[in-house]
Amino acid sequence: MMKETTTDILVIGGGAAGLSAAAEASSSGAKVTVVESDLHLGGQLVKQTHKFFGSKDEYAGTRGYKIADILLDEIKQNEKNVDVMTNTTITGYYIEDGMFTAMRGEESYIRIKPKKTIVATGAQERLIPFPNNDIPGVYGAGAVQTLMNVYGVTPGHRVLMIGAGNIGLIVSYQLMQAGVEVAAVVEAMPKVGGYWVHAAKIRRMGVPILLRHSIKEALGDRVIDGAVIMELDDKFAPTGAERKIDCDVICLAVGLTPTTEILSQAGCDMRYVPQLCGFVALRDRTMRTSNPDFWSAGDATGIEEASAAMVEGRIAGLCAARSLGLPVKSDRFDEYWSRLDHLRAGEVGEKIRAGVAKVMRDRWED
Amino acid sequence: MDLIKEHPVLDVGYFKRHARVEFTFDGKHMEGYEGQPIAMALHANGVRVYRETPDMKRTRGFFCAIGKCSSCFMAVDGTPNVRTCVTPLEAGMRVETQRGKGRVAINPPAGE
Amino acid sequence: MNENEMLFSSGVLTGERKGAVSPPESLWNDKKGGLVVVECPQRIPCNPCNTSCPVGAIKTFADINDTPEIDYSKCTGCAICAAVCPGLACFVIDLSFSPDKALYKLPYEMLPVPSKGDSVDCLGRTGEVLAKGTVEAVTEPKRDRTHVVHVSAPKELARDIRAIRVVK
Repeated sequence: MMKETTTDILVIGGGAAGLSAAAEASSSGAKVTVVESDLHLGGQLVKQTHKFFGSKDEYAGTRGYKIADILLDEIKQNEKNVDVMTNTTITGYYIEDGMFTAMRGEESYIRIKPKKTIVATGAQERLIPFPNNDIPGVYGAGAVQTLMNVYGVTPGHRVLMIGAGNIGLIVSYQLMQAGVEVAAVVEAMPKVGGYWVHAAKIRRMGVPILLRHSIKEALGDRVIDGAVIMELDDKFAPTGAERKIDCDVICLAVGLTPTTEILSQAGCDMRYVPQLCGFVALRDRTMRTSNPDFWSAGDATGIEEASAAMVEGRIAGLCAARSLGLPVKSDRFDEYWSRLDHLRAGEVGEKIRAGVAKVMRDRWED
Repeated sequence: MDLIKEHPVLDVGYFKRHARVEFTFDGKHMEGYEGQPIAMALHANGVRVYRETPDMKRTRGFFCAIGKCSSCFMAVDGTPNVRTCVTPLEAGMRVETQRGKGRVAINPPAGE
Repeated sequence: MNENEMLFSSGVLTGERKGAVSPPESLWNDKKGGLVVVECPQRIPCNPCNTSCPVGAIKTFADINDTPEIDYSKCTGCAICAAVCPGLACFVIDLSFSPDKALYKLPYEMLPVPSKGDSVDCLGRTGEVLAKGTVEAVTEPKRDRTHVVHVSAPKELARDIRAIRVVK
């Protein structure tokens, strides 16, 4: 007989958004179950050695991995309300009876039937096509971070970074901190996509950022031993100028796409929104989806900074708890929204603002 | 071993490194840290190729590290298609390069 | 796009712009302890330079996305902002250090951490070695692994030296 459990609020994903949602909901007395597919909680936060941006409310000036500790400590204060399952992956949702199935490790299966669900599943990395992109040595940027910053394993000796968004820039800096040489960062666009200051940090350490460049092919027989990069013109067509780069790792930081399968299974209205980097659920300002028992927060609702994911998690946690009739501090709702609005007000937030406008609905009809 | 020995921000104690344990990779003795994903232990031992694809015989290895891409499937203690990037290492594990789709040992029900 | 604009777009400051201006010479030349030089020309949601400044020299942001504005008459050159800034975009340069040398107070988060008396490479904004410098002090104001390395190096490079490399 498969084990079956129940809970007030199921939080799927124990990263920046999920932990914030769990902290918020459990503080109002909700029984929360956090399911995390990784072996530990913390999501992307535990790999971030750089200090976060934002304001004091988003722990600005504190390194990401320390912020994970702060959230975990907060959850500990209500630990009687929080049940955590790591190494557990939600494998499906059965809308007929509101049942989730999950896999613990590789062999054991359980069923979970929550009253409410917050989907904070984060994102997965995109790929770009080029010959030999499948052989060992081509790694996702998140994977490189896990390897070096969580487990202390050197990813390689010389890395070619593909993509100059915040992740490509930050991971390049982290590689240098781990003693790994960064051969270059290539970026197809005519300007870095990440924060200018992150680019300046690695430029002054001597790392070239080659704009209007992309990878043509990876070299190597069984594993990567180099790459050919090419220059692009203003229509992204190769100019013919090419160069060989010696490297044993090609790190892909070409963007993320929201992880939303569960939301689709739950019948939530979904839209493809380029500015949010994929299919995301329509939502109201409480972060509730068109399925009245489902909320969503963080990268699963559109790719954005972790600081915004934490605030969205707070909103979802607060509102899911409120829907259970629990006493919540309702003034926090406006405070969280004012923080989100500030985080999104700058030039980098323009894309997010346009994306969110496409998926934000008035309160769903009951 | 390809391990980070010092880091300007992280204490080496921050890295998830528990008791050292032995395991085998294709019959070769290796050491890793108990509880770290198998894929990380192999990478620290310099192993890059984790499997070969069924038809094209393309090499595959570490890639996503979140149990989603299937690149790091290997046979562990005889079970194929194990997501080594999220499966914790245990002492004495027998880890093998997976060639092709892998075979599951199925015991036919009695009487058939 | 011209070459300078392309260089700027890759993270290299190519001249003054809003959020990245040098202090006025008149105040800077004789200012004991030096003055802050901020190189933060993009509107991003971030304000620790303002909230950490003990003397209010980095003006309060009307919007958290504003680029920093500095009241140089208040700046003491304490370099707390250099230690706090998540973008490592604050530097303090003390032109009063000696007749021919300036003291550069630069954020540093790499290994090895240098010691007083070490000779280090002083780098420009693309990592080019501009001069040798001598480490005068190494501080860690917030005890959070962001060091501020005080390096003496030629004064005429005050607008160019922005990082160090420890060569051992």
